[in-house]
Amino acid sequence: MSIKKDKKKIVFESEKDMPTMPMSLGSMLWNKTGSWRNIRPEIKLEDCIQCGICWKFCPDMSVEIENEWPVINYDYCKGCGICAEECPVKCIAMVEERR
Amino acid sequence: MKKEKKMTLTLPIEEHIGAGNLACQGCGANLALRYVLKALGQRTILCIPACCWAVIDGGFPHSCADVPIYHCAFETAASTATGVKAGLDMIGDKETTVMAWAGDGGTFDIGLQALSGAAERNDDIIYACYDNEAYMNTGIQRSSATPSGAWTTTTPVKFPKDQPKKDIDAIMAAHNIPYLATASTSYPEDLFKKAKKAKEIRGTKFLHIYAPCPTGWKSRPEDTVKLGRMVVQNGIFPLYEVEGGEKYTQTIKVKDKKPIDDYLKLQGRFRHLKPEGIAMLQDEVDRRYARLLKKFENK
Repeated sequence: MSIKKDKKKIVFESEKDMPTMPMSLGSMLWNKTGSWRNIRPEIKLEDCIQCGICWKFCPDMSVEIENEWPVINYDYCKGCGICAEECPVKCIAMVEERR
Repeated sequence: MKKEKKMTLTLPIEEHIGAGNLACQGCGANLALRYVLKALGQRTILCIPACCWAVIDGGFPHSCADVPIYHCAFETAASTATGVKAGLDMIGDKETTVMAWAGDGGTFDIGLQALSGAAERNDDIIYACYDNEAYMNTGIQRSSATPSGAWTTTTPVKFPKDQPKKDIDAIMAAHNIPYLATASTSYPEDLFKKAKKAKEIRGTKFLHIYAPCPTGWKSRPEDTVKLGRMVVQNGIFPLYEVEGGEKYTQTIKVKDKKPIDDYLKLQGRFRHLKPEGIAMLQDEVDRRYARLLKKFENK
């Protein structure tokens, strides 16, 4: 993950609250892009060979590595399916999103 | 769970762009900047003109990137980067890398004069163009990077684009800049190595990165990486680097060049093409590739 950790959306009540220069003040982590998803990836860790290809090709930085294993962050995964397509042992399945 | 095995990653684990960005599903441009920033590191300033990345970054006052971004006018990516670099020189900062990060519209069409000027002055910047072959941000209009025959909203099926893609790499190589490289998002290690190399060299560096766009190409989002790999294997976009405008080196060698049919079939923008249209495209690709091969052999 990136170094910015603040998840709060910055809202200005009035013009006086705004900074004098148009500069970035916070991260985009408030934007939970997981709601865009129709299908969700699920990793079957028994078959995983820990190659790191799902992490490498994830465009949304949603495959995180915890204790040498890939873990999908469903808050931000947009459900593009690149990880399932590129997995060499096909241990990632794209299943219908249930809400 | 089975026995613990050490995970071997081919790229550094630090991310310099965060989640929650506004890229489409399966965006190639997002992948491209992710890999390039992994190579350049935290001490980088980006200059981004109007392009997809101006939107992906997020709305004011939020930004998904950990590095400073200067949003500039469409035609001024290279000159803004030059200015930022000159400012850094004045305060004695020699370590920070300045990179202009533009789409193909901001490089091939609108930003070409600024880029040519910066290359002629040999300003110490990296100019990276992520090429998704049309003005995707504004709704898929044709640019001079669009290949002939492709559908866009301004070149509909009835009036297809007749002109082939502009050979920007030859234009930039003719400026005799110290380093020029083409890269594809599906070969991240290669892209990483080239970006690292560009960081070390003084002078204008040009990176041309092929970034598939599922939205504009009407391809499936999961095919992004597959398309980026196919385009190298069938010779449409060979990966090479040019040093000093003379020394051509092919970095990803293609053993047997595949026909372009499979590549075209995966994309909705080429669906209307008849067999004779495909043959014409194939002919054009072969001619371009043969011309490049001659340059690789000469060294």
